[in-house]
Amino acid sequence: MNFELSKEQQMVKSMVHEFAEEVIKPRAIEIDEQAKFPVDIFKQMGELGLLGIPFPEKYGGSGGDTLSYAIAVEEISRVCASTGLSYAAAVSLGASPIYYFGTEEQKKQFLKPLASGVALGSFGLTEPNAGSDAGGTATTAVLKDDSYIINGEKCFITNASYAETLIITAVTGKNDKGKNMISAFIVPVDTVGVTITSNYDKLGMRGSDTAEIVLNNVSVPKENLLGDASKGFKQFLYTLDGGRISIGALGVGIAQAALEKSLQYAKERKQFGKSISSFQAIQFKLADMAMEVELARNMVHKAAWLKDKGKSFSKEAAFAKLFATETAFRSANQAVQIHGGYGYMREYEVERYLRDAKLLEIGEGTSEIQRLVIARQLGC
Amino acid sequence: MKIYVLLKRTFDTEEKISVVNGQIDEDSAEFIINPYDEYAVEEAIQQRDAHGGEVTVVTIGNEDSEKQLRTALAIGADKAVLINTEEDLDDGDQFTTAKILEAFFDGKDVDLILAGNVAIDEASGQVGPRIADLLGIPYVTTITSLKIDGTAVNIEKDVEGDVEVIETTLPLLVTCQQGLNEPRYPSLPGIMKAKKKPLEEIYLDDLDLGEDDIEAKTKTIDIFLPPEKAGGRVLEGDVKDQVKELVSLLKNDAKVM
Ligand SMILES: Cc1cc2nc3c(=O)[nH]c(=O)nc-3n(C[C@H](O)[C@H](O)[C@H](O)COP(=O)(O)OP(=O)(O)OC[C@H]3O[C@@H](n4cnc5c(N)ncnc54)[C@H](O)[C@@H]3O)c2cc1C
Ligand SMILES: Cc1cc2nc3c(=O)[nH]c(=O)nc-3n(C[C@H](O)[C@H](O)[C@H](O)COP(=O)(O)OP(=O)(O)OC[C@H]3O[C@@H](n4cnc5c(N)ncnc54)[C@H](O)[C@@H]3O)c2cc1C
Repeated sequence: MNFELSKEQQMVKSMVHEFAEEVIKPRAIEIDEQAKFPVDIFKQMGELGLLGIPFPEKYGGSGGDTLSYAIAVEEISRVCASTGLSYAAAVSLGASPIYYFGTEEQKKQFLKPLASGVALGSFGLTEPNAGSDAGGTATTAVLKDDSYIINGEKCFITNASYAETLIITAVTGKNDKGKNMISAFIVPVDTVGVTITSNYDKLGMRGSDTAEIVLNNVSVPKENLLGDASKGFKQFLYTLDGGRISIGALGVGIAQAALEKSLQYAKERKQFGKSISSFQAIQFKLADMAMEVELARNMVHKAAWLKDKGKSFSKEAAFAKLFATETAFRSANQAVQIHGGYGYMREYEVERYLRDAKLLEIGEGTSEIQRLVIARQLGC
Repeated sequence: MKIYVLLKRTFDTEEKISVVNGQIDEDSAEFIINPYDEYAVEEAIQQRDAHGGEVTVVTIGNEDSEKQLRTALAIGADKAVLINTEEDLDDGDQFTTAKILEAFFDGKDVDLILAGNVAIDEASGQVGPRIADLLGIPYVTTITSLKIDGTAVNIEKDVEGDVEVIETTLPLLVTCQQGLNEPRYPSLPGIMKAKKKPLEEIYLDDLDLGEDDIEAKTKTIDIFLPPEKAGGRVLEGDVKDQVKELVSLLKNDAKVM
């Protein structure tokens, strides 16, 4: 056993921490208030190689590991969860499937710009009538001559308005058991028939772009099929497993921020002639927050470590996502409580943590779905 | 061009520092590259990129200093040297540091040495000038601009907020002031490549130095934190009365007048 980060991982942590504090943090309130996706920050993150951490250099990546990537997501989300979400979605959902399942050609053409940070990717799975139940996907792709013709509608898709490539899941037929066969396609956003609109007015994660995609007779060459046509369902389950590690890391970042802000405030705020941090009721809240943050981080790191070692990590990723995101929500809630009336005000930022944290219990598999995944792993 | 950067690992003065038994408690402190040395690293890289050559970062420290050296390599330096004094040296001062580096530079082909203006821990600002003196090369402290053309060097130096323009020649030692440049972040590919760059570790033995040669010229008597800042006081009443009270407080209480 060794709980110490490697020198590289420590350096990634220091670097991203500093970058987040200096470049992102001063903008976090404005990003939330104006619900504006910070294009310039993503450009800088791309230049620093953050968008390519877990991909090899030959595909434009930085040659790092999942753990370094999780550390980067945590540090960015600690100052701005919206930026953290768009970052995690770009890497785990937009780029990773191409790395996992793409052909050499696809990696060169589509992964390289994403990994080197000159473009963003987006992953369209959810549909108006297929959320938790992705098997209910209604979008279809029909092979005609050398092209697939895709028709359907996707909703709640992160980064789509700013993306260059979309990965779209669609039904391509039925398998022997009569079940829908779902496949994934790489769809450049400028393909005729693709319409992307982002009109959602969100509770939190307001600086992260969320969009609706309408696909109307969209034709892509058959070479844009990603991976095995008959294994699309398995493929996105694997992709989501990986994504859960990063959403867990996002939760750790918010929870860490909630803890730091609360501790500082509790020491400074005086009521009844004393710092409120001297009241046991407040101390217990802080103690719980500190404990849960540490446990959540350990679980996220373990899931990332398992993935890096090539071991199965599906259950651990669900543990990490479930525990870390619920920790984020609890910690943010307690942070508002500790701040009293001030905590209710935007200026103190903890109310934003609470709004942002709520998404984590919904996106990339709701808390209920995580429990289903875990129960299935237990053999239920 | 052969460019060397003198780099120090220091505790982060923006984080909490505690003193235990007259020593800074290293376990609870955060360690960083001395911020002024970051300007030196950045400048070295920019000069190398403009004129060609090689940047070597040098530190005197122990194994823990490797992280700061690797960070400098990740930022873009080519080589690093750790002069590990962990086993051989208990207490050193600016004299010690300068003597060790004099021995290190002995026989080396050097065009430019960059150091920080001060190290934020002890803040003496002496190491750079002392080394230049021992090596017999010119030095300019607190520089905010460095232009090199062949061996001719044109420098802007910060003098308490004013600018002094100085012409000199290579080989040269400079110490870097805030404003010289905007230090970059190490990039992710840079961090990954850093582990493949050469990091040489040498000991005092390798430099033919004995303890006597480098024995500190100063003694540290005590280390303590500044007194806790007492809560401020807001004076009230007429401006005239406020001024009177303030003057009286400055004279009698604070005794600064
Ligand atoms: C800001 C944001 C960003 C998003 N980004 C993306 C993206 O980039 N790509 C993408 O494809 N999707 C994205 N999504 C969609 C997200 O993944 C879905 O919202 C999520 O999977 C839940 O689906 P749903 O909204 O349809 O809810 P539903 O599936 O309708 O769930 C409603 C409720 O029912 C519960 N429930 C459903 N089934 C069960 C069951 N079997 N047992 C017990 N409880 C159940 C759920 O847990 C939930 O509480 C995003 C969503 C948001 C809000
Ligand atoms: C939208 C809004 C509307 C409001 N409207 C009104 C209004 O109309 N009129 C009005 O007068 N006020 C109003 N308030 C103020 C509100 O009543 C106070 O915010 C509330 O009483 C808490 O006080 P505080 O914000 O100073 O928090 P604090 O008293 O500083 O409390 C901070 C934290 O410390 C805890 N704490 C404090 N003392 C102890 C203790 N002894 N033991 C354990 N824990 C302790 C608190 O429970 C809280 O978690 C409003 C506030 C808001 C946000």
